[in-house]
Amino acid sequence: MGVGRYRTDRNSAVKVQINPECCQGHGRCYDLAPGLFGEDDEGYGQVLGDGIVPQEAERDARLAVLNCPEHAIELLEEG
Amino acid sequence: MAVDDRFTRDSRETGEDELRGTRNEIITGPVRDWATDFSHLEPEWSADPYPIQDDLRQRCPIARTERFGGGWLPTRYEDVAAIAYDTDRFSSRAIIMSNFRPPIELAPVGGSPPISSDPPFHHDARKLLLPAFTKKEVARQEPATRAFCHSLIDSLQGRDVVDAAQEYAQHIPVRVIANMLGFPPEDGPRFREFVEDLLEGINLPPDDRVERVSRLFEYLLEQVHEHLDEPRDDLTTYLINVELYGRKLDPEVVTGAMALLLIAGIDTSWSAIGASLWHLAKTPGDRERLVADPGLLPIAMEEFLRVYAPVTMARLVKQDMHWHGVDMKAEDWILLSFPAANRDPVQFDRAGEVVIDREVNRHAAFGLGIHRCVGSHLARMELRVALEVWLERIPEFALDELGVVTWSAGQIRGPRTLPVRIG
Repeated sequence: MGVGRYRTDRNSAVKVQINPECCQGHGRCYDLAPGLFGEDDEGYGQVLGDGIVPQEAERDARLAVLNCPEHAIELLEEG
Repeated sequence: MAVDDRFTRDSRETGEDELRGTRNEIITGPVRDWATDFSHLEPEWSADPYPIQDDLRQRCPIARTERFGGGWLPTRYEDVAAIAYDTDRFSSRAIIMSNFRPPIELAPVGGSPPISSDPPFHHDARKLLLPAFTKKEVARQEPATRAFCHSLIDSLQGRDVVDAAQEYAQHIPVRVIANMLGFPPEDGPRFREFVEDLLEGINLPPDDRVERVSRLFEYLLEQVHEHLDEPRDDLTTYLINVELYGRKLDPEVVTGAMALLLIAGIDTSWSAIGASLWHLAKTPGDRERLVADPGLLPIAMEEFLRVYAPVTMARLVKQDMHWHGVDMKAEDWILLSFPAANRDPVQFDRAGEVVIDREVNRHAAFGLGIHRCVGSHLARMELRVALEVWLERIPEFALDELGVVTWSAGQIRGPRTLPVRIG
């Protein structure tokens, strides 16, 4: 039920991405991780900036992923 | 000023759809077996549908009924989600499961777009409403909502027992939607009548229903005329002026959308606020925890939405097909129970428990797919503010041991009387 343990010793960049085909504008991402997501003029989720997740925001990012009712958010590891 | 002749009386076709559709024999009375004869209109269901749904999920999991001209009730999250996503095979032409099916020609627009619409029209109708209901836009309503909640609590001062459903929860969405549409705030009681008429009058004779529907549309037309005479910065004026495919909306689309906002926005939020207060009134541990830690409310609120999801939708099967183990026929109803999906143990740990710090909560209270509740941001604002103000002003309350809690019948579930002791 919790978000579990997450790595803090990461070497690669973690990035969030919204699949616009799936997003229906529930807004859970920008409720839970307002530093990473915003809403467009119709309420659909938008990734702010380049989507790179600062280490201290990784928990928020994970919460956004796990609470999206449409499974529209992905956490990508790059690097 | 040019006369907008879209809204003259002659152009009105109000109530006609109610006369053109198909009707079936009305069957009421005790349910013999919930797996083969379910009815969401029987008192047993209203009182406590969850054990029924849990049982069906284990043994069916898609229940059948011959009532309402035939229908199905999926109870697993997976099936509910699949139907919500499959707009090719399940139509939203009717979303209230009753003994009446509106004419097929009504698709893809339906009687109250966009909730009653199918693709491709759905997208365009919905697009018109979305900008008015973003989180940012509804935040503009928050200060007035908060002040209104405080004024409601002020009016309860000095009382020992109050009805939290009738005297608090109910008034909040009524006031908010009246503000947004630009209707006179004193018309609140009339809105509530309209909502009851449409949502709870399902088994009334057709003529009665037509009359009830016409009353609502007459009222809406009056409001449209007032806004035509005197345009203002509100949703009604917006709907009158907004253009789709290069022209303004047909009158029945304008009044249909207004009716939808009025009806969909009231019973639903009222139910969510009421059910949350009901839970807190009977669960001192959770109440005390939220009073001590108001920062937990946004998470707790999602759990209340999951476990007491007020809204069940309906769909109509488009053509005969074998679907997930059952033989569906064209025009069969689907009772699309988001509440049942939200308690599926395959999807949620401790699905039947209320866990107010549940961090991962992928519930479907506002639906899934293209019909996600357009007012969900508004509903969340109302629910959060209503609970914040109540807990701040009345931190100690409990169910009145002499009172009776009653629940609404039909597809919107919430307490309709909720006597609580506050003194």
